[in-house]
Amino acid sequence: MVTTARPRTAPKTNGNNANGNGKKNGKNGNATGVLTGSNIVLTNGEYNVVGTRPVRHDGMDKVTGRAIYGADVKLPGLLHGKILRSPHAHARIKGIDTSKAAALPGVKAIVTGADIATGEDRVIDLGEGSGNVKWMRENILADAKVLYKGHAIAGVAATSALIAEQALKLIEVDYEPLPAVTEVRAAMRPDAPLLHDGLTTASLGKKTKKKSNVAKHFQFVLGDPDKGFKQADIVVEREVDTATVHQGYIEPQNGTAMWGQDGNLTVWCSTQGAFAARDQLSEILDLPVSRIKVIPTEIGGGFGGKINVYTEPVAALLSRKTGRPVKVLMSRADVLQATGPTPGSYVRVKMGATKDGRIIAAEAEIAFEAGGYPGSPVGAAAECVFSPYDIPNGRIDGYDVVVNKPRSSPYRAPGATQAAFATEQVVDELAQKLGMDPVDFRLRNAAKEGTRRIDGPVFKRIGCVEVLEATKRHAHYQAPLGGPNRGRGVAIGYWFNIGLPSSVAIHVNDDGTVHLVEGSTDIGGTRASIAMQAAEVLGLTAHEVRPSVVDTDSIGFTGVTGGSRTTYATGYAAIEAARDVVRQMSERAALLWEVEPENVGFKDGTFSAGRKKLAFKELAGKLGKTGGPVTGRGNVDPKGQGGAFATNIVDVEVDLETGKTQILRFTVVQDAGKAIHPSYVEGQMQGGAVQGIGWALNEEYWMNARGEMTNASLLDYRMPTSYDLPMIDTVIVEVPNPGHPFGVRGVGEVPIVPPPAAIANAIAAAIGTRLYTLPMNPGAILEATGVI
Amino acid sequence: MATVWIPSLMRELTEGRQTVEVEGSTVRQVIRNLEVAFPGIRARLCTGDELATHINVAVDGIVTRMGMLERVQPDSEVHFLPAVSGG
Repeated sequence: MVTTARPRTAPKTNGNNANGNGKKNGKNGNATGVLTGSNIVLTNGEYNVVGTRPVRHDGMDKVTGRAIYGADVKLPGLLHGKILRSPHAHARIKGIDTSKAAALPGVKAIVTGADIATGEDRVIDLGEGSGNVKWMRENILADAKVLYKGHAIAGVAATSALIAEQALKLIEVDYEPLPAVTEVRAAMRPDAPLLHDGLTTASLGKKTKKKSNVAKHFQFVLGDPDKGFKQADIVVEREVDTATVHQGYIEPQNGTAMWGQDGNLTVWCSTQGAFAARDQLSEILDLPVSRIKVIPTEIGGGFGGKINVYTEPVAALLSRKTGRPVKVLMSRADVLQATGPTPGSYVRVKMGATKDGRIIAAEAEIAFEAGGYPGSPVGAAAECVFSPYDIPNGRIDGYDVVVNKPRSSPYRAPGATQAAFATEQVVDELAQKLGMDPVDFRLRNAAKEGTRRIDGPVFKRIGCVEVLEATKRHAHYQAPLGGPNRGRGVAIGYWFNIGLPSSVAIHVNDDGTVHLVEGSTDIGGTRASIAMQAAEVLGLTAHEVRPSVVDTDSIGFTGVTGGSRTTYATGYAAIEAARDVVRQMSERAALLWEVEPENVGFKDGTFSAGRKKLAFKELAGKLGKTGGPVTGRGNVDPKGQGGAFATNIVDVEVDLETGKTQILRFTVVQDAGKAIHPSYVEGQMQGGAVQGIGWALNEEYWMNARGEMTNASLLDYRMPTSYDLPMIDTVIVEVPNPGHPFGVRGVGEVPIVPPPAAIANAIAAAIGTRLYTLPMNPGAILEATGVI
Repeated sequence: MATVWIPSLMRELTEGRQTVEVEGSTVRQVIRNLEVAFPGIRARLCTGDELATHINVAVDGIVTRMGMLERVQPDSEVHFLPAVSGG
């Protein structure tokens, strides 16, 4: 008999305060009153391990510098690789002469696009998203054209990084510069320079014959939006533009490859998904997956930007030529100019409401910059743009548009932030015109179980209402602003989260501990959150489960650490593996006790049959004499992922002379379903908020008239620092996801959705003028207020 | 019969209808029967015998990677959505 995961206590709603000491949360707040405190958990029930805050398993290695990152990889005979990049945003390559570089002493190999076979014009499934093989290969090393400044053209392997760098300068490329287009609306114009000669617009499988930079157009329609707008008493329509921004992870991309004489390729890299990297390498290099092993190193941030491969295929090609391992590291400028930023966008939103405060019609037009190759997250934007609301009539049009910028990559809830920046300002304006409190207006229209989204599907159990109610109850929302030129804004965001396959193996040790083997790159403490779920099932402590992230040869297929899926899906696999361990160990107990296995029960770490009892640890010590080792396996592709909502309350003060916006107070309220490790959920909420603040106030790609990024360093690309930020308070709401044994929803992405919109609403409240373009930097404020 | 929500840009093939009732116990059977009723729709949804990679199918609100093999109940809702990705 295998017990299922159940909370020790009945679900209840109380306020719990973080203590960070690995013990239970202390009480803070109450079920119906004002919520106070910095880190509040509105729990839905308590478990032995789940919901506690143990020190993370990899914490010691990371704080002492012992953790191995990609740049730390050293192998005998290692060569150093460098990549030559295009100085032009758009140009035809008429010829490449590498002879002088090849003659430089110390240079061992040079590769160009000619070393990669032309890819088929077909799309492959990468688990999360998809990729066109032809474009994937051309993005690794350009073929006939370069499509953005920084586009890779050639790779050099040399005995030192300095020699490789010198060799790059000796490579002669004959370019025919072409006019560039770097802004989405300009790229959609009929007279825009075309990036791809053969690209035409596809509309859900229907291809037009007209050549265009618009790769894709799709549309969702629900009800009768035109009729809905006619019935509306108030209609607000706004257009917004958002700048291209980067994920901004601290560790640049890197890849070390060893292509052995046996034809097998081993790659060490910083990736969000070792299997996704393996599969891309297979397609790019025309090599079966069985011949590729990807060893994921620790990762210094990804946020969606480390799903695509960049350096790894070049290192592999150089290794194949030299027969030696080759390491390629990106510089910060490389990262900003050649890896996926999140798209700049144009979004038009129109919404209509009745006098009694019901939104009855909505319309959105969303155009995203895909970068040099199609594939922006505009589809996700369209699925999220109105999802917090129950709207009977709607129309959403989405456009995927190529521009002369790096191929875009996912970035935390990709597309949803841009969409919310438009929607949440329009919603705020509607509330103002109706004279309603902005949270009350959102609550009046909030999506709930049974609400049909405009893109079609019906919501299952969601926590939109509960998040809004907690927002209204928070002390921050009720506090006085306390000064001039200050304003408060709120906004809500949605992200659907994803499932995808995961595999976990659990090996039982004879001392009663277990080793947990997984394929999910640890981002944000997922070793801990996965191990804790196994520990809960096995009746062990979190530290009696020892998690390891292993290579692609050592565990079954596991999707990327992205889409807010890892604690949900790999956690689910860990639960299944733990249940498998319990099943097998129940059989051992039955053998010892001479009873049938189905008569053996397991609860709180103890096996029992009648009066006979054996603790997990005791039975683990008897495995050698009852049949040998026990390994539990969990292989899942769960379909029950639950979408998540988050709100922000933000107070700002605007300096009318300088245009600087100071964040005075910031609170994130978010439905986690069940917070496995509340500290790491809070970390995700705070991290998402910080990135959203940067996106809102300062971050942008400065493009000159030639289509070149002119601020490709962290000195000039202005990310927020601790000096820019207040303490970010959090409220974890737990509305259990019925699709997970503990109720887990994803938590990593939705916190970046509302910040720019909430800050825009706060700035509007502070200065009486709305800003519809990101970033809302001092210059933009001064322009909006007429100072300049 | 399952209720299939037709993407708005494909409603030219379904005489403007937003939803249609279709027999079928798998997505494959649903699409096969859709094609019988509304010729041309299969080519818009599939590549060969698989769902096109730019298409996701959601059955009863859950996007599934099972694609054509996903089970469909008589009271199910089937949606075809553009494929999306996370970060």
